[in-house]
Amino acid sequence: MSETILRLTVNGEAVEATAPARTHLIDFLRERLELTGSHAGCEHGVCGACTVRVNGDAVRGCLVLAAACEGAEVWTIEGLTATGEVAALQEAFRERNALQCGFCTPGMIVAAAELLRDVKSPTREEIRDHMSGNYCRCTGYHAIVDAIETASRA
Amino acid sequence: MDNPLSDLDRPNSYIGRSVPRPNAARLLAGQGRYVDDLRLPRMLHAAFLRSPFAHARIVSVDTAAARAMQGVAGVFTRADMDGVCTPWVGTLAHFTGLKSAPQGPLAGERATWQGEPVAIVCARSRAEAEDAAALIDIEWEELEPLPPLAAALEAAPLHPELRDNLAFTRAVDVGGADSAFALEDSVVVEAAFRTGRHTGVTLEPRAILADWQPGEEKLTVHHSFQAPHMMREVLSKHLALPEAAVRVVCGDVGGSFGIKVHIYPDEIATCVASRLLGRPVKFIADRLESFTSDIHCRDHEVAARLAVGPDGRLRALEMDDVTGIGPYSVYPRTSAVEGNQVVNLTGSWYALPAYKARLRVAFQTRTPTCQYRAVGHPVAVAVTEGLMDLAAERLGMDPAALRRLNLIPDDAYPHTSPAGLRFEALSLQKSFDKLLAMMDYDALRRDQAEARSRGVYRGIGLASFVELTNPGPAFYGIGGAPISAQDGTMVRLDPGGSVTVSSSVTEQGQGTEAVLAQVVAHQLSIPVKDVRVVTGDTERTPYGGGTWASRGAGIGGESALQAARALKANILALAGAVMQADPSDLDLRDGQVVDAAGAPRMAMAEVGRLGYFRVDLLPPGFQPEFSVIRHWLPRQYPFAFTNGAQASYLEVDPDTGFVKLLGHWVVEDCGTVINPLLVDEQVRGGVVQGIGAALLEECLYDERDNLLTGSMADYLVPMMGEMPDIAVGHVETPTKESVLGAKGAGEAGTAGAPAAVMNAINDALRPLGAAKIQQQPATPERILRALGKV
Repeated sequence: MSETILRLTVNGEAVEATAPARTHLIDFLRERLELTGSHAGCEHGVCGACTVRVNGDAVRGCLVLAAACEGAEVWTIEGLTATGEVAALQEAFRERNALQCGFCTPGMIVAAAELLRDVKSPTREEIRDHMSGNYCRCTGYHAIVDAIETASRA
Repeated sequence: MDNPLSDLDRPNSYIGRSVPRPNAARLLAGQGRYVDDLRLPRMLHAAFLRSPFAHARIVSVDTAAARAMQGVAGVFTRADMDGVCTPWVGTLAHFTGLKSAPQGPLAGERATWQGEPVAIVCARSRAEAEDAAALIDIEWEELEPLPPLAAALEAAPLHPELRDNLAFTRAVDVGGADSAFALEDSVVVEAAFRTGRHTGVTLEPRAILADWQPGEEKLTVHHSFQAPHMMREVLSKHLALPEAAVRVVCGDVGGSFGIKVHIYPDEIATCVASRLLGRPVKFIADRLESFTSDIHCRDHEVAARLAVGPDGRLRALEMDDVTGIGPYSVYPRTSAVEGNQVVNLTGSWYALPAYKARLRVAFQTRTPTCQYRAVGHPVAVAVTEGLMDLAAERLGMDPAALRRLNLIPDDAYPHTSPAGLRFEALSLQKSFDKLLAMMDYDALRRDQAEARSRGVYRGIGLASFVELTNPGPAFYGIGGAPISAQDGTMVRLDPGGSVTVSSSVTEQGQGTEAVLAQVVAHQLSIPVKDVRVVTGDTERTPYGGGTWASRGAGIGGESALQAARALKANILALAGAVMQADPSDLDLRDGQVVDAAGAPRMAMAEVGRLGYFRVDLLPPGFQPEFSVIRHWLPRQYPFAFTNGAQASYLEVDPDTGFVKLLGHWVVEDCGTVINPLLVDEQVRGGVVQGIGAALLEECLYDERDNLLTGSMADYLVPMMGEMPDIAVGHVETPTKESVLGAKGAGEAGTAGAPAAVMNAINDALRPLGAAKIQQQPATPERILRALGKV
């Protein structure tokens, strides 16, 4: 399988790496860059566990080919944690126990950060609507809604 | 000297406190370590070739092309594994008559469900392994799949040596049912209930990394799993290794729900492949593999009827359950437990004079079924509470009043149910009353009536239930399974005064480690941040069962309590020896040894320093013991039953069949609540899985037993936007078996939610003259059929 050379920015750092052309972004991040905070849950673009930020938007890492991210600016949970951008969300999730196994959580945080960027004080219904592309199988979602609501007021 | 557990005023009192989990921050930062995050030197990735047919003979297998592919290190079929791994049979001695056929890590001469693993390929990358798997040439001879459920019992045997397709059967008749139904004034209601075959859908798929180290002759297995010691026993037995040569490590587990507590052929095959290659082999199920090879559950058809007196008092319940389990009873917990639980539990929370039940467990050519969260409970609750609503309607009684009349009274314990379940103490009436108050039942009825006057159809559904938790050896051990009913916790004082805890119960996100830390910190009166908890490693924890059947807090928590109390006694003994004081006059408070007046006398760090570094200063012969292990299991009752009640309020659109959930309420009695924050979200998570069963989730097959729901776009699970806020309330009836008094809380939500939702749908549709819907999931299509619209 021939490898392509990719140049992009990941978590603020310039990256040059090779990957087989068929590699999805989530596998590229996890396998090549060892950014294992984002997870592959369904590989069909349904569950949202692989949600990362590409050029400012929350996208499914399992639906985007790494090769399509040439020149892109990619942020994962590791980078968003390091800059402190999602600290209020993380603290609200922690305080409210808005996570159990944690597998969906990095994707949740990226999706919630997008919501709070676009809507200053979302209603519970708006939160539930926006976050419906991110599945959680452990919590009853209630605590996640609470946490995002709290973070939006921070 | 111990303060009562309910004392929340003293420092470092943690029982009943909503403390955030210690591992949450790490997971939120993307620093979890799930099996797929691990990478070992020379590690290979496994992919499986799986049967495309539900039932087919394997005429020949040619792996030459796959083996020749660059990057492939090994390709194995069953023949390659037979000398290394012995087959297993999923039976238990106490399930008299339960039968199954030998099963191995890969299919042998025949595949018996679509998705059964046939060959394993180990290569440098998963992609290359999949490429090579596609080159394996198998000649298949397709055979007939078994017909559905009851019809399978009449079909030619799937395993000829077993003579028929009846894996297990059980009948219960406590007497009096026939005559109660025959009484002239008995009101008899009956219905056929169907629960959809569904599955757990852990967001992290099953995952295993097997690392056979030939130099050490040791197998280390990193496993997304709930019961590491059980896995170790199984690997030791079937790979013929000493137990001490097998280490099972369960790091972060991305959801389990009972899915990750069974022996899966592909996971054993991964271990065998590592052994054959002398290299680490990782297998991560993809989502299609999850749907075809994770255990399924709850494939039940139940015919049931209920006799009630004109006064509303229950007289008898009779039920006949046929359930399908796939081609094998799953090892080692077996696939008979779920149906057995349905028989045991149905009707058991009501004062029921007579009970008659029959269970038949049929083989199928579909994915094997086994225990998933709330094993059997949702079926038993849906049947019981569905019948209660039918009876209330027939009697013209309010469904809440009928339930209140028949619940086992709170002062009637201990109580033994008709099927023989022993309840130490439940709070069914109190919980139900609290539920009605929380939801404001009367106000909802008024809202429902007002909505109906506008042509809007809303319904209220109620369901009480009991929940089996804290199982003792009666569950598996007495049947011969290598499954420990006891758990152990080690508590160690470190020299600086902090405490390290290691326990055999495991963490899958429910907060086991937080609960253990709270219990230990509370006993030792130290800040919870000074307690570190290790779980999930057979080399680093005491021996025990792990976390399943809601036993982590109740059993693991009590072992932690006992260990911490013993450590405390040892700490006070040292302090007493040094201070020439009677240890019984001393106590621990806020990191200090205090005297009877509460005055600080010696810091824990000083105790640690003396005990570890300056034993020479202690009286001759005094030996400090600062690593204490205690094991615990319940002995008086085989299980600690909990109870609760749920209510659903929803709206059905009679034109589209869509259901909108307006509210959901739960009252749950899990005994002592250690951390309300954790319990509440655990209950809510269970409710949402139960709502999934009631409205969305179903593994569908075509007439050739091809699975039609192989992706998350086809198999629907609840999304955030569809779910309501869920109110959770508690009644606390601690078990007297333990000091801690905690019972389990993991199953309650899933046990009661489907019945509440189904009853609410039928309540909403009542004025429209719809047929009753007793089939889960109640999809829009089924609702429109009930309305006669399609």
